[in-house]
Amino acid sequence: MLQITGLTHSYSDGHVAIDSLDLTVADGELLSIVGPSGCGKSTLLRCIAGLIRPTGGRITLNGAAVDGVPDDLAVVFQDYSRSLFPWLTVRDNVALPLRRRGKSRAERRAAAQEALESVGLPDAGRKYPWQLSGGMQQRVSIARALAYRPSLLLMDEPFGSVDAQTREDLEDLVLQVHRAEKMTILLVTHDIDESVYVGDRVVVLNRSPARVHADLPVTLSADRDQIETRGLPEFVRLRAEVGRLVRGGARIPGAVPAGAAGGILKSDIRHQKGVGPDTMADSESGGTRPTR
Amino acid sequence: MRFRRIVYGAAGVAGLVVVLEVVSRTGLVDDTALPPASTVLREAGRLAVDQDFLVDVGATLKAWAGGLLLSVLVAVPLGVLLGSVPVLNTASRALVELCRPIPSVALIPLATIAFSTVVQQKMALIFYACLWPILVNTLYALRDVDPVAKESLRSFGFGTPAVLWRVSLPSAAPFIATGVRIAASVALIVVISTELVAGGDDGVGLYLNETQAGGGRNDLLLAGACWAGALGLVANAGLIWLERIAFRWQSARSEGVA
Repeated sequence: MLQITGLTHSYSDGHVAIDSLDLTVADGELLSIVGPSGCGKSTLLRCIAGLIRPTGGRITLNGAAVDGVPDDLAVVFQDYSRSLFPWLTVRDNVALPLRRRGKSRAERRAAAQEALESVGLPDAGRKYPWQLSGGMQQRVSIARALAYRPSLLLMDEPFGSVDAQTREDLEDLVLQVHRAEKMTILLVTHDIDESVYVGDRVVVLNRSPARVHADLPVTLSADRDQIETRGLPEFVRLRAEVGRLVRGGARIPGAVPAGAAGGILKSDIRHQKGVGPDTMADSESGGTRPTR
Repeated sequence: MRFRRIVYGAAGVAGLVVVLEVVSRTGLVDDTALPPASTVLREAGRLAVDQDFLVDVGATLKAWAGGLLLSVLVAVPLGVLLGSVPVLNTASRALVELCRPIPSVALIPLATIAFSTVVQQKMALIFYACLWPILVNTLYALRDVDPVAKESLRSFGFGTPAVLWRVSLPSAAPFIATGVRIAASVALIVVISTELVAGGDDGVGLYLNETQAGGGRNDLLLAGACWAGALGLVANAGLIWLERIAFRWQSARSEGVA
């Protein structure tokens, strides 16, 4: 279980990216985190991954405080062309992190091949990443994460740089991986449709500093289909609701300069009320705040 | 396209040879100062089988390769150290910028005092001259390593040394290699300059000096100069070829983007 309490992060230039954010993610959950661009989603993900040390608050993964990169965690970045290493073959890219698992060369290669097969690229191992299309490269980075067998998979706008068709294929790949591997997945996206289609639950962040603006369970069956699911009334309703919430969150920046102090105060009050990680309460208070 | 480039290139060279030949033969320029191109080329051909000249070339190449190797062995680790420790990077910046512009040849008198043999003098001066381009390229290459690439490896729990070895160095390697190639052409200038000034037993620079003894033979001087140029050309082409092979991923990737 991933538990985030009062997470705050401000950069050295004074920019506050996250302000006392509370979030709990159960084991095996596929959580979509959606919010306007530049709202601090990536910062949140980097804090969870232990890549940056938050300036305040607490993150625990399975009871242990996150201090540095947790052991069974993997990240898929948006920019596959920068995240994959061009001097290594696809297979070596996938196998590299397994050095941390103390596996032999043969075991690493076998695991890499298996992971490549599971993302539908059984024959790409000997090629170099730059010889593949964008969608295939992102499959390789997903394979790299899967081969590592993490219990928590973080995805930072993983489909932001691929075309629409590929994007849908990759969304289905994530659903399939989630079903097969039973890992916890946090998918950060700015795409409202995607957040509903992929998620078991959607958390909407409001714009910088990021806080949980709303937390909605996705009441769709686990079996999802790009055409059918997107046509369901329930999907349409959820999408509209998330859309409204994202837009509501996005309207805030206009009020920030004048109300910055007020914003901090408000979050303090909320914190004292002991709302904590119970995010349903957050979504209600978020939706009814007079300032919005 | 490639064929056309080769033909045009060859035509350019042939054109220059013809112009030099005509200028000298018609007496526009004194033919002892600028001997006809055909004479120079004939002498260059003779030099190719001249034992003494080949010994000179060998000595020059040995000092050149030795000094270059020495500077690579020092500059790359030093660049990695300075590039990855911010305090050292800041502390060394002024020093590097101060030492870098000092022309190596200006230190020839110092080298003749500090080192007893000419071979040592040559290698020391080459070392100094080559240190800076390699060091500076290593520093900049490490600074420009993609943070996403580093983060990607870090996110799998790899520590700083592993990130340096598996991400920073491989991605900096093409730029370091470019630094070495620049250094190689600088080294050729330095080694021949040192031979011209400091003398010694063998070397292309020595041969060039000797052509001027007793009346002076400019045809021989220019023939030697042609070979010095050829050495530089071959070294540069060879290093480019090595870079293409070793860093195929880099050129292929940038071509893919463009």
